[in-house]
Amino acid sequence: MLRVFWCVLLRDLTLALRRRTDVLTTLFFFIIVVSLFPLGVGTERQILQILGPGVVWVAALLASMLALERLFAADYEDGTLEQMVLTAQPLSILVLAKITAHWLLTGLPLVLIAPLVGMQYHLSDDAILIMMVALLLGTPVLSLIGAIGAALTLGLRGGGILLSLLILPLYIPVLVYGAGAVTASGIDMADTRPYLALLGAFLVAALTFAPLASSAALKISIE
Amino acid sequence: MTQLECRRGDRMLFSGLDFAVAGGTLLHVRGANGSGKTTLLRSLCGLFTPDSGEIRWNGESTRRLGEDYRRDLLYFGHLNGIKADLTGIENLRVAATLDGDRMEESAIWAALARIGLVGFEDLPTRMLSQGQKKRVALARLILSTALLWVLDEPFTALDVGAVDLLETLIAEHVAHGGIVVLTTHQEVGLTSGQVERLHLGS
Repeated sequence: MLRVFWCVLLRDLTLALRRRTDVLTTLFFFIIVVSLFPLGVGTERQILQILGPGVVWVAALLASMLALERLFAADYEDGTLEQMVLTAQPLSILVLAKITAHWLLTGLPLVLIAPLVGMQYHLSDDAILIMMVALLLGTPVLSLIGAIGAALTLGLRGGGILLSLLILPLYIPVLVYGAGAVTASGIDMADTRPYLALLGAFLVAALTFAPLASSAALKISIE
Repeated sequence: MTQLECRRGDRMLFSGLDFAVAGGTLLHVRGANGSGKTTLLRSLCGLFTPDSGEIRWNGESTRRLGEDYRRDLLYFGHLNGIKADLTGIENLRVAATLDGDRMEESAIWAALARIGLVGFEDLPTRMLSQGQKKRVALARLILSTALLWVLDEPFTALDVGAVDLLETLIAEHVAHGGIVVLTTHQEVGLTSGQVERLHLGS
């Protein structure tokens, strides 16, 4: 079972490396959106410190949405998804491998670039560290929940817009606690651990249910 | 298989379809364009739910068998099911792993040699011609250990040599007691085993 997981994961990573533009678009989209705000609202330190966490998280949500549409669509178009459904392997393992690959390519780069964009908002070192931890816990949840939406809208015309309408409301809890953790880290006496614990709980719940839900949705979409 | 009925939209494609296929048989499904051949084949694989009726494998419903049934099944559809950015070797390796076969690297090379694609193994399959892509996909038949092959129009875009090879593969599979269900508009010769024909839309 682990062998199959690795096989699909490596396959998706190899495919992405042969088509690097898709990966880089997501990352640059994130950087550009985050950089636009200081240009728009001015460089006043206090305003930026307040805006920072929210802006970074909203940008992360939108960036992870960007690549979601292609998560299953490419495999659907060339028939490999059909073949995956027909193998004797549990579909949810294959789906989980695909989601993991998606996160490694779109979520992890955001976590790694976060210190750089955090500096634009004059965030303190502590706040940046918390932001990275929050993103590390939160972005996999975005990929997992997004996969359900991507599976449901597979093969629909105008699926991209529908996907964002379906998925963005579900991202709200992650946004609230993710940005909340960073804001709380700027306040003395405040404890960020509850926020991170909640994000961790979201992650565990999403890891448990999202692969099952996405594979059920895929089976419906393929018919 | 019992009392299969399929509709697409309001149109009834076929109903009351009732047949059984034994081991060592080639079932040739024929019919005009749009008569429901592909729908029938996809229903056999479980990619499409028939409106009524049931498909049984060794007397058990395929829905209930699930993974056990899919282990015995190989489906070859209109889409080749290979990734354009991966090379032939990589495609076959992934397919073999997903099928749960522990493939020796040499077996994959042998399969590639048999379909005549040695020398092209380093190229991503998008650089290959339509027929060559089909050949890569057909190499899965050589590697597969599945008992039931469901082939939807496997002969299109193939040259004479590849058609011969495919016919040999099918004949070998049937001779070894396998089952092949295929749709095609051309005649398929078989040296051993029996050929049954099913006409749709008549």
